[in-house]
Amino acid sequence: MKKYNLLWAFVAMFFILMGCSSNTKDAPKSIQIVGSSAMQPIVEMGAHQYQKKHPEQKITVQGGGSGTGLSQVQSGAVDVGNSDIFASQQKGIDANKIVDHQLAVIGVAPIVNKDAGVKNVTMEQLQKIYAGEYTNWREVGGKDMEIVVIDRAHGSGTRAIFDDEVMADTKKMKAQEQDSNGSVQHMVSETPGALSYVSFPYLKDTFVALKIDGVTPTPKNVTTNKWKLWGYEHMYTSKNASKETNAFIKYLLKSDQVQEKLLSRLDYISIRDMEVTKDKDGLVSPK
Amino acid sequence: MDPIKKKIQNKSKETRQELIGKILSYSSILLIVLVVLSIFIFVASKGIATFTQNNASLKDFFFSTDWSPTAVGKDGRPLVGALPMITGSFGVTLLAVLFATPFAIGTALYMTEIASKKGRNFLQIVTELLVGIPSVVYGFIGLNVVVPFVREHFGGSGYGILSGAFVLFVMVLPTVTSLTVDSLRAVPSHYKSASLALGATEWQTIYKVTLRAALPGILTAVIFGMARAFGEALAVQMVIGNATLMPKGLLSASSTLTSVLTMGIGNTVMGTVGNNALWSLALVLLVMSLVFNLLVKWIGRKGRF
Amino acid sequence: MNMKTVNKVALTTIKIIAGLVVVILAFLIGRILIQGLPHISWHFLTSPSQEFIAGGGISYQLFNSFYLLILTLLISFPISLGAGIFLSEYAPKNWFTEIIRMAIEILSSLPSVVVGLFGFLLFVVQFKMGFSIIAGAIALTFFNLPLLTRNVEQALESVSDLQREAGLALGLSKWKTVIKVIIPEALPGIVTGIVLGAGRVFGEAAALIYTAGQSASTIDFTNWNPFNAASPLNWSRPAETLAVHIWKINSEGIMPDAAAVSAGTSAVLIIVVLIFNLSARYLGNKLYRKYTAAGK
Repeated sequence: MKKYNLLWAFVAMFFILMGCSSNTKDAPKSIQIVGSSAMQPIVEMGAHQYQKKHPEQKITVQGGGSGTGLSQVQSGAVDVGNSDIFASQQKGIDANKIVDHQLAVIGVAPIVNKDAGVKNVTMEQLQKIYAGEYTNWREVGGKDMEIVVIDRAHGSGTRAIFDDEVMADTKKMKAQEQDSNGSVQHMVSETPGALSYVSFPYLKDTFVALKIDGVTPTPKNVTTNKWKLWGYEHMYTSKNASKETNAFIKYLLKSDQVQEKLLSRLDYISIRDMEVTKDKDGLVSPK
Repeated sequence: MDPIKKKIQNKSKETRQELIGKILSYSSILLIVLVVLSIFIFVASKGIATFTQNNASLKDFFFSTDWSPTAVGKDGRPLVGALPMITGSFGVTLLAVLFATPFAIGTALYMTEIASKKGRNFLQIVTELLVGIPSVVYGFIGLNVVVPFVREHFGGSGYGILSGAFVLFVMVLPTVTSLTVDSLRAVPSHYKSASLALGATEWQTIYKVTLRAALPGILTAVIFGMARAFGEALAVQMVIGNATLMPKGLLSASSTLTSVLTMGIGNTVMGTVGNNALWSLALVLLVMSLVFNLLVKWIGRKGRF
Repeated sequence: MNMKTVNKVALTTIKIIAGLVVVILAFLIGRILIQGLPHISWHFLTSPSQEFIAGGGISYQLFNSFYLLILTLLISFPISLGAGIFLSEYAPKNWFTEIIRMAIEILSSLPSVVVGLFGFLLFVVQFKMGFSIIAGAIALTFFNLPLLTRNVEQALESVSDLQREAGLALGLSKWKTVIKVIIPEALPGIVTGIVLGAGRVFGEAAALIYTAGQSASTIDFTNWNPFNAASPLNWSRPAETLAVHIWKINSEGIMPDAAAVSAGTSAVLIIVVLIFNLSARYLGNKLYRKYTAAGK
């Protein structure tokens, strides 16, 4: 037993040492990507396609949140930080030290429970609901039912897009918060009178996606800025990123496979299709 | 030299074995202590930074209800009022334990006093399985079952302290039950025999003798249950609503320390006030588990008989 | 009221309560299995997961869960054995031991989020291990240590002092007595504890999200060289486990059959935990028979 004990302690030590050292000796430098969990599936899928052409390239894609992605890429711990907000909008990040690659555009749509009886709201109504002025669906033309407002976690990209466009300078009331698209989907489907917002890939038919001022939330309407709730999916790298990292990002941005097929299949919008651009302060200008 | 003398003066094989044994076991235990210490120092240094570096007010942290760490208040200090979360955490914890304790004591009494060996084994498996269900799964069952149930029978949106407490009730039940069983078993059997011999009924024996004798152990079980409930994150987060508002009642959306912590940590940048404030919440969690343990120690000392 | 009636009422209440607990569990397990079992198939268990088309499986997650568990046990068992021996055999009755016991208790009641974040900042970032199995295994070790240590200690303490005296009387050192006499006697208890702890580790998600990561990198099941990045045994690759997978598809999953995959994965997880529990009992009994003369 004692021998085993020693042996196991040794094995454990060995494992720990290996864990530390084996990162460095892979032939092409592996690419570590961390950040926005909403971007994880698409980047992962892109990585799989890239690896079909470059089977020896190791790419790991992790979630963890936009904040984690940005702080890790800034500190040099990872190669790419995925973020669904501009680095300059995130406190504690020096946006001049990292390089922004805009992978795609994503739309955000307000969603309500089917029982609320509302299909269209005006921007002003939406704002007043989130400011806490309207508390019953009756006030915006729906049934006599209390509005259960569900917000997104502070600092999440989806919330940043929503706040910029809908709230502008109006103060939001404090409400329930959820950090993932999945739980919001679930809650809005199940809770009578619930209102929240998700990005386009997460729209489902178990709840209603609201029109705003008569405009339907579709990728097409985003490209012309008729639908105003949209933002960029960013991949941030350090200024001296490895050549492997740059090659991979270039692939994601240029490949038709990714930009044409993959993105549209998931209801993301390719940068190529956009007729307008938006800067970090939310100013929209024609391309 | 005389071989016998030599043998006596030199260390024997046994002494050397003993030394190796001691080194191995002492180093294992030191490693554990080191781990705990490093976690403490680490979390404390980050959690205290909110007050030293970011100049937040400690008084606000415990007594203010305004939690938006990235914004600053009128006095120029970050708004780190953690009272809503602290209230929420204590609310769900106390309520969950309040529900769980009668069930745990009942089940434990059944297992130790009434059931056959088969029944006892069966219930043991039942409680162990309850521990084995991952908290994510508890969370989703809570979302699908508990939230609609609370909404229909108690009102409100269904998200709130009550739903959180119901989910935690099931999650802490096994902890409290198995520790209660341990303490009931530790009651010397001659206490019971004496009571029964005096003509007391089974219930009188249980109520007046067994439970009284096991009381310190049961209290310990309850406190460990509280510690578990206090630290639970994923499951509670799904049913409590996560609104950093002072709970208006058991049915209004509120939040706990863990739910705010898990939700915010990925969306803040390390070293900023938003991130540090979350670590302060983690520090509160850590201090609370210390307090729970001290309580257990204290009860153990008081209850010795 | 008649004392006899009170007695009857009270005992019935106790039985009802115990029955209710069984009902709760039956409801939970039943619900998970009924929703999940229809989705479990050989294909589901043996094919990799899909990000956004239906029909993904959980082969990587299943393997990762077991591998992570084994690594965790490899690290935590020797340490907790040593610590358990210390507490049961060597620990002096003084403030130092008190503090150690307290430290272990605190470790066991730490919120798993805190452990996960600690592991993330220390191992993943500071020690540059990246999101990896090994970082996950160390984080899980933090959970497992207090459970295992307490279990080893209890198992050792339940061994009669006569055995210790017998060992010492034979001229064995204390250490030798523990290793050769006490531990074999306590083995059934220790094994049961390990397997039960394993069930708990198996279902942990919060601590792994930030350490072992949430992506299942492609594994090549024909390559068993642990130093190759694609090998299943490689410990520096990120590894999503079953519990993390459930969490992930429920929070950001966009595959059309997310609900089904989640239900199926939960069912698999529960079944594995169930198997752990039953085998712990079986192993414990069997070992007990083997090491004692009982039942022969």
